[in-house]
Amino acid sequence: MMLSRLKEKAIHFLFFLTAFSAVVILAGIFLMLVLNAIRAFEDVGFWDFFGTRWNPSAYGEPSYGIVQMIVSTFMTTLGAMLIAVPLGVGAAAYIAEVASPRVREILKPAIEILAGIPSVVIGFLGIVLVGPLIADVFGLSSGLNALNGSILLAVMALPTIISVSEDAIRAVPTEYKEASYALGASRWTTLVRVTIPAAFQGIAASVVLGVGRAVGETMTVLMATGNATAMPHGFLDSVRTLTATIAIELGEVPYGTAHYYALFAVGAVLFIITLGINLVAEMITAKHRRLTG
Amino acid sequence: MGISRSPLGDEVTLEGFGMLRSARGGLLVGMVLLSVTVAGCGSRDEEEGRVAPSGKTGKVLIRIRGSDTLVNLVQRLAEEFMKKRSDIWVAVTGGGSGTGIAALINKEVDIADASRAMKSKEIKLAKERGVEPVGVVIALDGLAIIVNESLPIDSLTLEQLGRIYRGEIKRWSEVGGPDMEISLYGRTSASGTFVYFRDKVVKGDYSPRMKGMIGNSHIVEAVKKDKAGIGYVGIGYAVDEKGRVEAALKVLRIAKDASSPAVTPLKVENVKEGLYPLARPLYQFTNGKPKGAILEFIRFELSEEGQKIVTKEGFYPITPDHMKANKKVLGLSE
Repeated sequence: MMLSRLKEKAIHFLFFLTAFSAVVILAGIFLMLVLNAIRAFEDVGFWDFFGTRWNPSAYGEPSYGIVQMIVSTFMTTLGAMLIAVPLGVGAAAYIAEVASPRVREILKPAIEILAGIPSVVIGFLGIVLVGPLIADVFGLSSGLNALNGSILLAVMALPTIISVSEDAIRAVPTEYKEASYALGASRWTTLVRVTIPAAFQGIAASVVLGVGRAVGETMTVLMATGNATAMPHGFLDSVRTLTATIAIELGEVPYGTAHYYALFAVGAVLFIITLGINLVAEMITAKHRRLTG
Repeated sequence: MGISRSPLGDEVTLEGFGMLRSARGGLLVGMVLLSVTVAGCGSRDEEEGRVAPSGKTGKVLIRIRGSDTLVNLVQRLAEEFMKKRSDIWVAVTGGGSGTGIAALINKEVDIADASRAMKSKEIKLAKERGVEPVGVVIALDGLAIIVNESLPIDSLTLEQLGRIYRGEIKRWSEVGGPDMEISLYGRTSASGTFVYFRDKVVKGDYSPRMKGMIGNSHIVEAVKKDKAGIGYVGIGYAVDEKGRVEAALKVLRIAKDASSPAVTPLKVENVKEGLYPLARPLYQFTNGKPKGAILEFIRFELSEEGQKIVTKEGFYPITPDHMKANKKVLGLSE
């Protein structure tokens, strides 16, 4: 009797440990980032860090301003959402409400496959396909710019937006729709005026998750946006995001230098941004669950 | 001329980091490999993957890491060498000269590829860790300045090039070209070619509008598509197997100054004799005098057959002077 209870407790503890490990890892990452990032400010002035010129391997005096990188990250992400949200929500509404079961059976796996395409392949498409296309359309010499990154990130965020939105639209109680039809509303009116508004929170959550995907994406933007360190003035300028900077420079930066710690500071900024995005997503989905659950 | 200086000279450059494998071998393959390096700094993982099979089959393993400029060439040399010597396995990875030299210092590799000489700081660090770096020159490079084929400009002076890359000259019309904004392509700060070119040509900070590309192939692909583009790559990336310039590209002639003639890196004698202002030797470093399989591999690289492969890959064979110096370093008789 005693033994079996002990076993029960041991197993209970074991599972507690596995569940808790995620929290420990998260805290560990955060601590490591912050502790290393703080050391950057021994050499780099706090306000210099919020300058607009990043040039750690300068010919003369190095500079560590990251504002243009934050702007770049926000620009590519915003552009991606402007493209992906209408497309994604439209696709989700179609799959959930309009498509026949057969079409749905083709579409859903296709979207899942889209989610599985490696970012390096998408980045490659950015170089050989999207870039030249943008250059042609806008009469530029090169299509490696923020717009290119936005289009590719939109493609990458689409699967998340579609599948989460679709779930949300599906979760709208049939009574709502029936009531709408009973009042004489057409299918379109019902979808646009009843179903989608009712699923709004779920759709919002999908968008926030998509934003998180776009902010954190590295390889694709690294390949397609040209990585110029100048402050961008528009979507047709080359940009260099926070993630790309870390990926490009961390590989070979001498350990323990100001540059090394500055990259951790960039990582910490990125971490704070994604943490914020995830918290917002969590809040929205929690509210959503309360409302529909 | 930097071309004939000692391999252990104090040249402050740092070789690059991307490891695009081959301009002609397909960009996609390069990009995927590149992702390994970029995303995880994972050249070590890849190498460990290569240690296993040789361990199983009992082959002697030679580990090589370093320069993006050299990675294709050394890979080709290794393949040919392994055809002859089935008992030796040569594992070649890129990652940049700096990475290769660091790995040599940390005793992680047997040979470090480098497109620059070791810095005195690196030599000092190596000696502190009990590593005695020994360098040989295995090939010559004329760092090629490439533009789109359609651009009606054939030559520039070093000074013009510097002003273009500093962002002082912004339009092609200022150097006799069409009225288009110059689209600058360079490498990223982690690359050694970035530092070599900066110290040799730019002599200041690069324009922040310069696009930072992650390997030689990445620049080649971009300039092929950009009518106003200009970039710098190892000569082997600008030409095909027969030594012809890649389609849609033009390799500029470069003059040391306004009163000197503009010289092309496409002619072997220009690079060999140091007439081309951006000619540079490509090195391999070992810990102490190479012995056994490593020595055999280096001797193969320096052999007539090895130097033929160098030419085939678009780079240039070493001069008799380099050969003499190499033999002295390796302790071989004439």
